[in-house]
Amino acid sequence: MRVELKNITKRFGPVVANKGVDLTIEPGEVLGLLGENGAGKSTLMNVLCGLYAPTEGEIFIDGKSVTFDGPGDAIRAGIGMVHQHFMLVPVFSVAENVVLGVEPTGRLDHLDLATARAEVRQLSEDYGLAVDPDATIETLPVGVQQRVEIIKVLFRSADVLILDEPTAVLTPQEVDEFFQIVRSLCDAGKAIVFITHKLNEILEVSDRISVIRRGEIVGSGDPKELTRPELAEMMVGHPVDFNVARAPYAPREVILDISDLTVLRDDGAVAVDNLSLKVRSGEVVGIAGVQGNGQSALIEALAGLRRVASGSVHFDGMDITNASPRARHRMGIAHIPEDRQRAGLIGNFTVAENMVLDTYYGPPFAKGASIDWGRVHDDAARVAEEYDVRTPSVDAAAAHLSGGNQQKLIVARELSRDTRFVIAGQPTRGLDVGSIAFIHAQLMAARDEGDGLLIVSSELDEIMSVSDRILVMFKGRIVAEYAPHIAPVDKGEIGLAMAGAGP
Amino acid sequence: MTVHLDKARLRQTRITGGILIGFGVLMAAFLAPDASGVATFRLSRPTDVWPVPNLVVPGGPFIYVISALLAFLGVRQFLRGASKWSSLTLAIGLAIAVAAFLVWATAGKSFSLTGMLQATLVRAVPIALGGLAGVLSERVAVVNIGIEGMLLAGAFTGALVGSLAGGIAGLAAAVAVGGMFGFILAALVVTYRMDQIIAGVFINLFVLGLTSYISSQVFQEYRALNNAPVFRAIEIPYLSDLPVVGPVFFSQNIFVYGAFILAGLATYYLFHTRLGLRARAVGEHPRAADTLGINVYRTRYINVTMAGMVAGFGGAWFTLGSVGRFDEGMTGGRGFIGLAAMIFGRWHPVGALLAALVFGFADSLQQKLALLGTPIPSEFLAMAPYIATMVVVAGVLGRARAPAADGKPYVKE
Ligand SMILES: Nc1ncnc2c1ncn2[C@@H]1O[C@H](COP(=O)(O)OP(=O)(O)O)[C@@H](O)[C@H]1O
Ligand SMILES: [Mg+2]
Repeated sequence: MRVELKNITKRFGPVVANKGVDLTIEPGEVLGLLGENGAGKSTLMNVLCGLYAPTEGEIFIDGKSVTFDGPGDAIRAGIGMVHQHFMLVPVFSVAENVVLGVEPTGRLDHLDLATARAEVRQLSEDYGLAVDPDATIETLPVGVQQRVEIIKVLFRSADVLILDEPTAVLTPQEVDEFFQIVRSLCDAGKAIVFITHKLNEILEVSDRISVIRRGEIVGSGDPKELTRPELAEMMVGHPVDFNVARAPYAPREVILDISDLTVLRDDGAVAVDNLSLKVRSGEVVGIAGVQGNGQSALIEALAGLRRVASGSVHFDGMDITNASPRARHRMGIAHIPEDRQRAGLIGNFTVAENMVLDTYYGPPFAKGASIDWGRVHDDAARVAEEYDVRTPSVDAAAAHLSGGNQQKLIVARELSRDTRFVIAGQPTRGLDVGSIAFIHAQLMAARDEGDGLLIVSSELDEIMSVSDRILVMFKGRIVAEYAPHIAPVDKGEIGLAMAGAGP
Repeated sequence: MTVHLDKARLRQTRITGGILIGFGVLMAAFLAPDASGVATFRLSRPTDVWPVPNLVVPGGPFIYVISALLAFLGVRQFLRGASKWSSLTLAIGLAIAVAAFLVWATAGKSFSLTGMLQATLVRAVPIALGGLAGVLSERVAVVNIGIEGMLLAGAFTGALVGSLAGGIAGLAAAVAVGGMFGFILAALVVTYRMDQIIAGVFINLFVLGLTSYISSQVFQEYRALNNAPVFRAIEIPYLSDLPVVGPVFFSQNIFVYGAFILAGLATYYLFHTRLGLRARAVGEHPRAADTLGINVYRTRYINVTMAGMVAGFGGAWFTLGSVGRFDEGMTGGRGFIGLAAMIFGRWHPVGALLAALVFGFADSLQQKLALLGTPIPSEFLAMAPYIATMVVVAGVLGRARAPAADGKPYVKE
């Protein structure tokens, strides 16, 4: 089955998410759709799967024009989509989720779950998906949930599978498994649309690549003939420098000294287990590790957001184990939190208000009990400019910015004052190439000015490109340490340590 | 991690044990010495086909035995350590404590136990149907505060139409008007995205105001408009002759049977049919349902309208099922208690029905105790079973969850 999108335009009020897009999807082929966050990938595919009606343009299946009144129509036409945010009912079983909407029934509308289970089992055998039809979704790891989504689409006998940023939630090992699944689907004659903003992945798995930028297709090609820098340039619109520029490694005195730190999770379990580490001024210490090994609790404890169970934290010789977040802030500790929407920003506040969340209470922004909004406004506008926060105005609500710009806003707030130390959790998670490069450059600038930095990330590539020293965290402890400035480190070796199988 | 979970459970077990021992001690100290003479519970009337002898319980000794049993259960909690049966133990303990209490109140007197159980079912009806209406609409994520108003509308319509055109017509009209208010609620919250709580309160106030006005202005003048026939009990052949069980379960009016049948039907619908699966999906994850071609809005309209019909039926009980006459605000908060039954019953039709039975028992117990003339004010007595229910349910409620999208409007695109 051959699907063609012709001249598709989709507007949301004044926002043009897709503009005159032409795209062809061939059977037995993986079409890679590459674009930054907000480029319009999901919107385009939601048009194709019937969730959105296009403002203009047409869809052709095997040369015949079709219109979809809803996702049901697209499913019947053989187009299925695995959404970026999974569309599974957490309290239902796998089988119930798979059949939802196309349920096998007996008399009196009776749900025939036995048939459903058998078919799920059959499909998961046919495509090597290994899913238990009786498991409840919420008990399954995301990798398996994704396979359920794929089974769901296959159950509806889709010939075209759209996979929207499927790898964003997977660990490196799961990504490998996932690519095998994609290949086997392709071999079975299905057409796959694989959406991502990650260059390595698109080069690895696609048969053909189309790049979308600001809602328009800006280029297409064969992955064998395209290089990473070429693709990156198409995606962001200007050349991207992947190398992080930095001054030579010149660490000074120890500024952060954590000794025997133990921190508990909310449920009382041990998250950080008797951990000790030191960070010097002028160096970047990167903490690698699979998510859920205590990194979040460590960051929260260092930022003063989580109580320490035992052990101590010294900053520049002073005991800050129990210091308040504001006291830490005043000492020059900056904190870029892991979850920008929850802990980094107040979505309903304006960009300017968010910019002074940490400094509104004192001069120059506050005079006695009142805030000098004019000053706040001017200052925010200047800092937003300096940190490349793209917003229609500093009076726009922070929630309306794209992820990259929200993160740049947080980085701007935290780094635009005099800092001596930076704690950063997942500083570039989910961001586009341009924003990642910018934020890395800002962090390096802080290092070169003599700040100490502690960066936690589950993206190993990120840790390897920014760190002077790499620590691996596993089950609340530091299990390995590497010093790239002394000897080159091997990614595979770190990967093993992350899985708890280190030296 | 497991270590800490176990600790929490251990503490819960100890609290349970403490409560049970405390009850045991209090009963032995205060109730037992006070319960002189025997308590006589009448189980059948002399006219019954198979009369059974009265249940005669010696007051003091019985309460001492119960106290000892409670103390044993409590001590066992401490000895056995963390056990997953601790909520069940608590429930059993509270049930026998209530029995001991009843014996104390009846000591030296006699009353009809069968009559009390029969009244339990009758009084559970509006609560159960209100709870069922709550289940039907909250399963599609529409919080239905308006059940109280829908019950009242059903009661009013039942009385008015029943007076004019007979009981069956009155009942049908009550169901229809309940459904209409369900539809109105759906329109307000689904199509116009009004806040669900405000929409429900609006329905309650509107119905209360309108029915009160009409009953005080019109019904006062034309009494014939408020004089409906009452549905009599239907004796199920043979089964109604059984001792105790017969009068309690098989000699009731259509509202009692209806509540049981509807709870069964709703269970089948929600958990064993295609449409029920879709309805629950809409309540848990409407966007997922939408992407699978399920019409979220229509599903909500249909289920909330059905909920209204069930509430209308439950409302008719107040007039066509008991007194045949409408009084201002006669539902007296049963709709809200129905919502509590829904929560205690974990959004399950049968659970809501069982919870309603507990509330119905509380209601009829209070009535009987008032007749028996205990020294404790009866309003105060009436609180005890409610508190007991809350304690028991709180002990297990950790696992009960409302539908994930409950109360949230769904916005397409
Ligand atoms: N429902 C919507 N209403 C308004 N704007 C939207 C909506 N969905 C997406 N957009 C806008 O359309 C653009 C493309 O978004 P999207 O398709 O999600 O991008 P991608 O999937 O490539 O990250 C963004 O600017 C986004 O803010
Ligand atoms: Mg997207």
